[in-house]
Amino acid sequence: LVVLRGSLYPTVPDWVLNFSPLPSLSSPHRNLSAFPAAQSEHLQQKMSENGALPLRGKVLTVDTMNANVKKVDYAVRGPIVQRAVQIEKELKEGVKKPFEEVIKANIGDAHAMGQRPITFFRQVIALCTYPQLLDDNKFPEDAKNRARRILQSCGGNSIGAYTTSQGIDCVRHDVASYIQRRDGGIPSDPDNIYLTTGASDGIVTILKLLTAGEGRTRTGVMISIPQYPLYSASIAELGAVQINYYLNEEKCWSLDISELQRSLHAAREHCNPRVLCIINPGNPTGQVQSRQCIEDVIRFAAKENLFLMADEVYQDNVYAEGCEFHSFKKVLFEMGPEYSSKVELASFHSTSKCYMGECGFRGGYMEVINMDPEVKAQLTKLVSVRLCPPAPGQALMDLVVNSPQPGEPSYQTFMKERTAVLSALAEKAKLTEEILNTVPGISCNPVQGAMYSFPRITLPERAINEAKAKGQAPDMFYCMKLLEESGICLVPGSGFGQREGTYHFRMTILPPTDKLKIMLNKLKEFHQKFTQQYS
Amino acid sequence: MYRLQSLAARSLIAGALDHCTPLTLTSLTGVRHKSQGPSVEKCGQMRFLTAEAKASAGRLDGKMREKTLTMDTLNPQVKAVEYAVRGPIVLKAGEIERYLEEGGTKPFSEVIKANIGDAHAMGQQPITFLRQVVALCTFPELMDSPSFPEDAKWRARRILQGCGGHSLGSYSASPGVECIRKDIAAYIEQRDEGVPSDWENIYLTTGASDGIMTILRLLVSGKDSSRTGVMIPIPQYPLYSAAISEMDAVQVNYYLDEDNCWALDINELHRAYQAAKQHCQPRVICIINPGNPTGQVQSKKCIEEVLHFAYEENLFVMSDEVYQDNVYAPDCQFHSFKKVLYEMGPEYFSSVELVSFHSTSKGYTGECGFRGGYMEVINMDPEVKAQLVKLLSVRLCPPLAGQAAMDVIVNPPQPEEHTFKQFHQEKSSVLGALAEKAKLTEQILNAVPGIKCNPVQGAMYAFPRIFIPPKAVEEAKALGMQPDMLYCLRLLEETGICVVPGSGFGQKDRTYHFRMTILPSIEKLNVLLGKVRDFHISFLKEYSGLE
Repeated sequence: LVVLRGSLYPTVPDWVLNFSPLPSLSSPHRNLSAFPAAQSEHLQQKMSENGALPLRGKVLTVDTMNANVKKVDYAVRGPIVQRAVQIEKELKEGVKKPFEEVIKANIGDAHAMGQRPITFFRQVIALCTYPQLLDDNKFPEDAKNRARRILQSCGGNSIGAYTTSQGIDCVRHDVASYIQRRDGGIPSDPDNIYLTTGASDGIVTILKLLTAGEGRTRTGVMISIPQYPLYSASIAELGAVQINYYLNEEKCWSLDISELQRSLHAAREHCNPRVLCIINPGNPTGQVQSRQCIEDVIRFAAKENLFLMADEVYQDNVYAEGCEFHSFKKVLFEMGPEYSSKVELASFHSTSKCYMGECGFRGGYMEVINMDPEVKAQLTKLVSVRLCPPAPGQALMDLVVNSPQPGEPSYQTFMKERTAVLSALAEKAKLTEEILNTVPGISCNPVQGAMYSFPRITLPERAINEAKAKGQAPDMFYCMKLLEESGICLVPGSGFGQREGTYHFRMTILPPTDKLKIMLNKLKEFHQKFTQQYS
Repeated sequence: MYRLQSLAARSLIAGALDHCTPLTLTSLTGVRHKSQGPSVEKCGQMRFLTAEAKASAGRLDGKMREKTLTMDTLNPQVKAVEYAVRGPIVLKAGEIERYLEEGGTKPFSEVIKANIGDAHAMGQQPITFLRQVVALCTFPELMDSPSFPEDAKWRARRILQGCGGHSLGSYSASPGVECIRKDIAAYIEQRDEGVPSDWENIYLTTGASDGIMTILRLLVSGKDSSRTGVMIPIPQYPLYSAAISEMDAVQVNYYLDEDNCWALDINELHRAYQAAKQHCQPRVICIINPGNPTGQVQSKKCIEEVLHFAYEENLFVMSDEVYQDNVYAPDCQFHSFKKVLYEMGPEYFSSVELVSFHSTSKGYTGECGFRGGYMEVINMDPEVKAQLVKLLSVRLCPPLAGQAAMDVIVNPPQPEEHTFKQFHQEKSSVLGALAEKAKLTEQILNAVPGIKCNPVQGAMYAFPRIFIPPKAVEEAKALGMQPDMLYCLRLLEETGICVVPGSGFGQKDRTYHFRMTILPSIEKLNVLLGKVRDFHISFLKEYSGLE
C-alpha cells in the first residue's frame, strides 16, 4: 500500500466533489466483502498502520490471482539470486563482507562472465541496425554481404519492421540448410522452421499446443529429473501434469529406458502422458547422450505415442573425448521411414549458448517434424498474436547458421574466436570436475557438455535438521550460507529436482579460468568448514 | 447474452473461412479472374479446416501411427484464438505477393499491406539517433569512430554499463536493465508534469503485447460464474480477444459510440458490466487510448469517468497507451491514465490498480522489429508484484536491443545537445506526415458514397464504416463468410490492397468496417484511397443489380 505524501497532491478538482456520495467512502467495507474475514481485517490493519482509510480492496491479490502462476517456480532466478543482487547493492554502499564481489555462477550468461562477443556477429548486427555503416570501409565485405541479404528480406529493408510471425524468410532458409549440413544431408524444410524469442519461447509455445484434457485425460509431460526449471515452470503455468523420469547419477546422468517405462506407467494412472522432453547435452547435468540412447528414446516415443521435444541448445558445447552431439532429427531419419515419417519431433536451438553466448538478443529457432498440417496452421496463428520474434535476434541466429566460410575475409578471426571460447570451456569443464572431486563430501560427474556442473554434496545430519527447522530445502540452506560467506551464487539442486535424500547445486563453468579457480577453492574451503561446523 | 456475442465475435473470422469449401470459393472468384494464381480457395486450404485435410487425417488412422497432436487433441483454447491482423487475409496477401514475384499476373503490380501498423515496412525511415545508439551498443568498437556523435556514444556507454559484462549479449535482470527503468520513470514523471513515478514499478517487455498478456495472465482465475471477466472495447485490437481466448477468460464487450467519434460512453460500461456480472466476475477493464483500430483520442473527462467507474466497481485498469505520441487532431491531447488518476486525488491514486503500456513500435520511431516496450504498474499488491517478477523471470529477459531502443525513446536528445536538431526534424517530419495522412484518409473516404469515416484523431488507422448491399451480404452468408471479409477479399483480389475486415475487431451487429493503416507514403496513400473508392463504387453497382 502506498504511503501517501499528502502535500504533493493538488486540490481535488471540483468535478470529483460532484460525485456524491462516493459509495466506497460511505461504506468502506463494501469492497472488502469478497475477502475472508481474517484477510480483510489484516488489510484494514495494514491500512491503518499507514494512516490511510481502508477505501477499496485490491482487485488482484495472491488469493485472487491465477493459481497456476502461483505454482510456478524458477530457481535459476529465485530467492538466492535476489539475495545476491541485494548483497551486490550492499557492497556498493560500502557494507563490509568477507568478500569483495559476488560471483554469479547461477546462470549460463557467458558475456556477463566476461566472454567477448564474436566480432563478426556484432559487425553484421551493427550494419543491420545502422545501414549507413555499409559505406564504412572498416567493415569486412562478408559482413556487409550478410547484412545486405538480411535487410533485403526485411520489410522496407529495415530491421525495425515486423517480420512474418514464423521468422524472416531468408533466415529460415539458412537455418534449414544449416540443419541439413549438420545432419549429413538429411533434408530440412524451411517451412518447418520457426524463429523464436530464445529457445524458452519455442518450448512454451509447443507445450501450449499440447496441453489439453481434464482430470485423468490432462496432458502429462515427461521431463528429466534433474531438469532445467523452465520445463516445470511452464507445466505449472499451463496446468499440465509433470511426469518425472530420473536420470542415473551413478552412470554419469545417463537416461535409462526402463526408468522412462516406469514413470510412464505410473503416470498413466492419473493423466494422459503425451510429451517426452529431452535436454541433450544436459542442463543442469552436463551429460551428452549416446547415439544408442537417442535411438532407444525415439523407439520408446514411437511405441508409446509420445510427442518428442528435444532441447538441443547446447549442441556445440561438447567437451569430453569420445562424446559427440547427435541430433534427434538425424537419428530419427537414420532409423528409417517407419520412424522418420511418424514420430512428431520439435527440436530447439538458441543464440544464447554454444560459443556465442548472445543471451540478450533472445534469438532461437525450432524445427517441427511430422506435425499435423492443421496443427501447424494453428501454431502459425498462435505465434502471430505475438507478431514476431525480435529481428536483431533473428539476424544473429542467421549468422550462427551461416557463419564465415573458408576463403571469406572474416573466416580466420571468426574461427580463432570460436575455438578460443570452446577450448576454454573444455578446459574449465575438466578443471571444475577435477577440483570438486578432490573435496571430501562432493562428488562430481564429468562435465561432458553444456555449461554446468551439478555435483552431489553430502550434508551433515545437523545441517539438514537446521534447514528443515527453517522450512528450507537443505541445499538451499547450504547455498544461502555459501552466498553470505563467500559471495558465490549457485542454484540449489532442489530447484532442478533430485532423488530424495540427495543434495546438489548447479554452477556454471563460465567464469574466466583464474576466477573459476578462485571460486572453486573458496567453495572447497566453505564446504570443509560447513561440514565441520555441522558435524 | 454477451458471452454469446463475444463467442460469435470470436468465431467471425473462423466462420468466414471454415466453411469455405473449394467449390463455393471457386464460384466466388471464378466469375471474375479465372485461374489467376492463388485465389481464395488456396486461402481456405491454408486456414485449414478443410474437409480434405480431415479426410486425409482419417486415412492415417488405420494404417499408421496416429499423430499425438491433432486438431482433436490440440489445446482447445489455442483453437479458439483468432488474430485477424495476421489472419487469413494476410496469409492470402502473402501468397499473391509470391505469385506476382514468380511472374504471375494480376490486375495490379504490387500488394499494398495496409493491414498492420508497420511503419518501416511502409517506407518510414528510422530515427538516426536511435539507430546510432543501438549500433554503438551492439558493436562498441564504433565508440572510436568520429562519425558517431558524442550524445549517442554517451547514451550507449551508459546502457552498456548497465549490462552484465558491458555487453548487450548478456541477460538483463528480468524486469529490465536498471538504468533504463530509471530513465523510463523519469520520462513518465516529466510527461505527467511531476506526478511521481517509481522506477521499481517499471517492467521492460517484449513489445507491449507481451506485457498485456502477462498482466492478464495474473488476473485470470476462478471457474464458471467466478471466472475472470475482461472488459474490452468493441471494436478492439484483437490481441485482447486472442489473449482472453488463450487464457479461457471471459470477454466482456463494451461498445464504443461510432456516432460520437468512437467515444467511450460511461452508460455503456455500466450496461456491459451489469450484464456480464450474471455469468462471470468482471475484474479488469482494458482501454486503448488513442484507439486502435478506431483512432479516437479520449478526453480527460472521459478518462476520469472510466477511472471513477473502475474505482466504484473494483476493476483493475489496463491502459494501452502505445499511441501516446500519435495525436493529430488539433483539438485533441493525450492524457495518461496515470496523470488523470493522480489528479483525481489520493483516494483514487492510492487505490486504483493500474497498469499502463508503451512500446517502441509506434509513436514516431515505429521500431516494431526490436520488440521493445514497458509497463508501469501502480498500486499492485506487493505480494502479487513478487509473483509478477517470478513469472517474468521464467522467460529470462526482454531483448536487450529493444530495451536500448526504449531507452532512447524516453531519453531523446535534449535541446542543448548537438543531435537535437536532426532528431527533432526527423521526429516532426514523421508526425507531421502522419497528421496529414490522417486528414487525407478521412477526407477521401468520406467523399465515397457508402463509406463513412470518423476523424482519425490519433493512432495509425482509419476504421471506416462501409455499406454492403443486401445482395452481397446474402452472398457472403451463403459462403459462410462475414460480409466484410468477402468485401476485403474482393478488394485484395482486384486491387492488391490488403486491409483487415471489421469483423476481426468486432463491431455492432449488421455494421461493416475495415481497418486500414495511414502509414503508406502520401503518394501511395492517394493511389490506395483512389483504388478503394473505385472498388467500392463498382462493388456497390455490382450488388445493387445495376450492372
